[in-house]
Amino acid sequence: MTDVLAIADHRRGELRPVSYELATAGRELADETGGDLHLAVISGAVDEFGEKLAREGVDVVHTVADGEEFNHDVYVQAIEQLVDTIDPQYVLVPNSVNGLDYAPAVAGRLDLSIVTDVVDLAVDGDSLIATREMYGGKVETTTELDAGTALATIREGEWPEAEGTADASIEAFDAEIDEDAVGSTVTGFEEVAGGDVDISEADLLVSIGRGIEEEENLDLIRDLVDALDATLSSSRPIVDNGWLPANRQVGQSGKVVTPDVYIAIGISGAVQHVAGMKGSDTIVAINTDPNAPIMDIADYAIHDDLFDVVPALIEEFQ
Amino acid sequence: MKILVTVAEVATVDDEFEIDGTEIADQYLNADLNEWDDYAIEEAVQLQEGGVADEVVTVTIGPEESEQTIRQALAKGADRAIRVWDESLEGVDLLDVRAKTEILKAVVAEEEPDLILSGVQTGDDSWMATGVSLAESLDFQWSAVVNDLDHDLEDGTASVRRELEGGVEELSEVDLPAVLTIQTGINEPRYASLRGIRQAQRKPLDAKTLDDIGVDAGVVDGSLELTDMYEPESESDATVWEGSAEETAGELAEMLREKGVTA
Ligand SMILES: Cc1cc2nc3c(=O)[nH]c(=O)nc-3n(C[C@H](O)[C@H](O)[C@H](O)COP(=O)(O)OP(=O)(O)OC[C@H]3O[C@@H](n4cnc5c(N)ncnc54)[C@H](O)[C@@H]3O)c2cc1C
Ligand SMILES: Nc1ncnc2c1ncn2[C@@H]1O[C@H](COP(=O)(O)O)[C@@H](O)[C@H]1O
Repeated sequence: MTDVLAIADHRRGELRPVSYELATAGRELADETGGDLHLAVISGAVDEFGEKLAREGVDVVHTVADGEEFNHDVYVQAIEQLVDTIDPQYVLVPNSVNGLDYAPAVAGRLDLSIVTDVVDLAVDGDSLIATREMYGGKVETTTELDAGTALATIREGEWPEAEGTADASIEAFDAEIDEDAVGSTVTGFEEVAGGDVDISEADLLVSIGRGIEEEENLDLIRDLVDALDATLSSSRPIVDNGWLPANRQVGQSGKVVTPDVYIAIGISGAVQHVAGMKGSDTIVAINTDPNAPIMDIADYAIHDDLFDVVPALIEEFQ
Repeated sequence: MKILVTVAEVATVDDEFEIDGTEIADQYLNADLNEWDDYAIEEAVQLQEGGVADEVVTVTIGPEESEQTIRQALAKGADRAIRVWDESLEGVDLLDVRAKTEILKAVVAEEEPDLILSGVQTGDDSWMATGVSLAESLDFQWSAVVNDLDHDLEDGTASVRRELEGGVEELSEVDLPAVLTIQTGINEPRYASLRGIRQAQRKPLDAKTLDDIGVDAGVVDGSLELTDMYEPESESDATVWEGSAEETAGELAEMLREKGVTA
């Protein structure tokens, strides 16, 4: 019982990069427990996925060929049986939207402790030490699980992707899926956020967050956008409030953007936002809170009130 | 149809704060209705206004002080509220998913709702896991990160949209009874009206102990312990422009001009 079992993530025919990050995180953990790293891929083109997943550090890839797209009931049953067979010490799942749709149920079914959205993992004797954020990234915490077997979901983008190829054995795993226990059906997919502008094409983005407070105040930001001949984007709350259309949203569930300059105004820099803009060439943050997480990735920062700085900036370009 | 909404009171932190052991010192914390649960309440109330639900009940694991937050949910239209608290929960820094699940499960057993709406996550603990864990423990169906719910639920299935990464949404059908974890943006949460706030004062709010709902106090001694809390080491190597707004805006303008912004 020293092995690690990690579950790959895929969607609509493609493995998601976090699958390779799991291979890295899983290897690190297996080195600490002194066990093997098992990577499982469930549903879809598992043979093709299995080949791709056999990267450096992976000992065994298990392919479970049930179903095409993600279905949490299939995942829960398959993982339950994988855990029964492999008897791992730790189970790693991506903290993706789909990961969150099955990991808590797997933990419940198998009576495992669960710790989510971890950014670092270590083993200390019999305990798993997980590092995670609380309060929207304002603090970091360590949590100790002395449970024996435990399940952790890992934050995307925290571990590097495993590279190379390994001579991992690729084994077909024969899971018995009880179709009567499948209580949900995926009927389709839709792409959102089409429309008039494609913010991912823009060279200069002025991006506004909840610091703007009121819808009327957006006019100030529009004036800045005009003065700079920039494109307007935003964090999620602005779109949730209906102040801007969905195609303006930057982040995990919005668009990934990589402009030359990204000016984040009144945006705290939550992980789901940063996922969409960290690849920008130059990042400027205007925020009253000098400790806001956005400062960690900013190249230039102004720790001041946007209602003072933005008018002055407009002035500069008139 | 009866809907149960799980409502958490969360703490937000001031810009400047201090950590005391494994907690943020109280004076820097502000209590608030969890953002995600605000959307869940709205969804439930809309289902009631649409004639789909007959009763909306909220459940909160929280101390007496959280009643102010619970009254907000009542003021927005929930019919009554249950609050569970216990001495044994008093000194707990971080309630884990299993403990939350066990407690909420016991309330569900008493209430027997057809549909449970919870939030995707709490803004402070951010486990992102309680809703799905609760569903599994009840043998209910579930769906995580729902940003659209078809209001035609009478036939025993919910048509939902799950918000995946990168602007892709999954459409799926879920059998009831189910737990849906609600994502922000699914609706426009209302502000409580003055009348709503007045009425909320008269709506039932039942306080229960773990004993009352038949949960062993040992549930809080989970296998998970918060051992350290600290401010993340700043990885910032940003150039910070200081001075008046005119000065900092001037620096930014100069940088932008160097990058070729001439408008
Ligand atoms: C599954 C999931 C997916 C998500 N997807 C996304 C996504 O795609 N994109 C996204 O953005 N978020 C997403 N989120 C939400 C994310 O977690 C945060 O809630 C959100 O990004 C916060 O937006 P914000 O920074 O605008 O608001 P806040 O976090 O409230 O920050 C506001 C900031 O404004 C500053 N401020 C306030 N007043 C002023 C002022 N006068 N001048 C200057 N600064 C000021 C404050 O100091 C604060 O830092 C997602 C969440 C979940 C759970
Ligand atoms: N203390 C609590 N009382 C009632 N419901 C809660 C509590 N904590 C979490 N929940 C519910 O579970 C959801 C997810 O929380 P979490 O798993 O802690 O991120 C929240 O949006 C709430 O709906």
